[in-house]
Amino acid sequence: MADFDAIVVGSGCAGPIAALELARAGKSVLVIERGNYCGAKNVSGGRLYTHSLRRVLPGFAGSAPLERRIVRERISLLAETSNTTIEFTDAAMRQPEFESYSVLRARFDPWLAAQAEEAGAEYINGIAVESLIKQDGRVTGVQAGEDAITAEVVILADGVNTLLAGDAVGAPAPLPDQVAVGVKQVVALPASVISDRALTSDDEGAAWLFVGEPTHGGVGGGFVYTNRDTISIGVVATLSDLVGSPTPVYQMLEDFKEHPAVAPLIAGGEVVEHSGHLVAEGGYDSLPPLVGDGVLLAGESAMMCINAGYTVRGMDLAIAAGMHAGRSAAAALTAGDTSAQGLAGYRRALEDSFVLKDMRTLRRFPAFMEHTPRLFQSYPAMAGRVMQKLFLLDGNPVRPLRKAVLPILKQAGYTKLAGDALRGIKAL
Amino acid sequence: MNTDTYLGKNKYEVDEGNPHIRLVDSPPPAEFGKLVRACPAGLYKVGADGAGTFDYAGCLECGTCRIAASGTVVASWRYPGPTMGVEYRYG
Repeated sequence: MADFDAIVVGSGCAGPIAALELARAGKSVLVIERGNYCGAKNVSGGRLYTHSLRRVLPGFAGSAPLERRIVRERISLLAETSNTTIEFTDAAMRQPEFESYSVLRARFDPWLAAQAEEAGAEYINGIAVESLIKQDGRVTGVQAGEDAITAEVVILADGVNTLLAGDAVGAPAPLPDQVAVGVKQVVALPASVISDRALTSDDEGAAWLFVGEPTHGGVGGGFVYTNRDTISIGVVATLSDLVGSPTPVYQMLEDFKEHPAVAPLIAGGEVVEHSGHLVAEGGYDSLPPLVGDGVLLAGESAMMCINAGYTVRGMDLAIAAGMHAGRSAAAALTAGDTSAQGLAGYRRALEDSFVLKDMRTLRRFPAFMEHTPRLFQSYPAMAGRVMQKLFLLDGNPVRPLRKAVLPILKQAGYTKLAGDALRGIKAL
Repeated sequence: MNTDTYLGKNKYEVDEGNPHIRLVDSPPPAEFGKLVRACPAGLYKVGADGAGTFDYAGCLECGTCRIAASGTVVASWRYPGPTMGVEYRYG
């Protein structure tokens, strides 16, 4: 007889939700989290789309430590001397089903873990699972320090840098073009200053994505999220591209913070934390097997993450995957079959949900970005040159717009532009 | 720039004398250079004499060096021991 019905490795977004679902189904479940407290090892951009959380914990908004409801989207083409931005705001961003919030994981994750504990999940903190216990190829438990703990099913929610997925399901380590390096700083400022700069109230905030200069023209981008009394600012650069860059990634962030279009936003603020995190960017085609004998993978440990350029998501996928993992594991436990076959309902549930539907829809986007260097290198400056023709006046006679603008586009090449636009749209 | 001032803002419990990342002996400079650029903590450095240095104490535990250079620069990579390593207060 196993020590627990289920063991969950990792308490980020997927882990506690899986544990919560198992506990709700009356199963005994142990969560092992290597951080001294949940969230101590966790980093995200971060912005949480709440639709999947709402499904599991409908009353979350009353108690979850959320930062600001995002009501302003900005996406910018940042060039050396210019910045061209699209801004979007809509009353619908305040409708429950569309709500998203900035979050800080060291505050959010302990709350999420507490929900699982309240439902009956047990927790061990401060120790990493070093290896899986296997019998005849089947996962039967985990080794954490001196302790060997057994379970009928193990759920790996141990993050993108999982050291266990290989042994669990034979997943190879991600390739350098399937991950991006994220470097982020949290900058403290008074809440009212942040609201003024973001043009929001104190409870609401902005999400701002940048392409171009943040990565010095490499594949990736920059981000800014306003929190309650801090701003999260960072750069994400695809690893395969970054290793050949002349500029180290932490220097990219420093340059990004000093860009004239960005610097006023954080002026006078104090950096209170410097963090790093890998981002799974390989998309649908980089997914490992999600199920093995006695084991399931959920969240980033299974490369569940979507970068569509204008939206970047991981936490809402992890929460939904955790929910399905917990439910499928509970059903398999009840049926008395936690083999890969008995757990196969998990994969089907994910295929039927937005998690794998969205990842499948956008499966060609990672390759599009990787193979369209102009997106990062030349288009931001080109957009700036077009805007110059619209907005800069020095008293010289203005030229008709088509005569002023078309040569700029022609320089980039009409065919290339049209081709990139078409391929981009197809990939989305 | 170097990252020391920023890393000084973070909270760490350093497992003195017990590195969780071990490097190979004399890694190829080109491979080492990749980590100089990719490590978000800037812990892989090349000195004026061209020699590479690495200090695990400021590690953010992201795994970038594991993915970029397992076998070429990084000989072994594991998570820090119980209660050790970085402890994010914001995340």
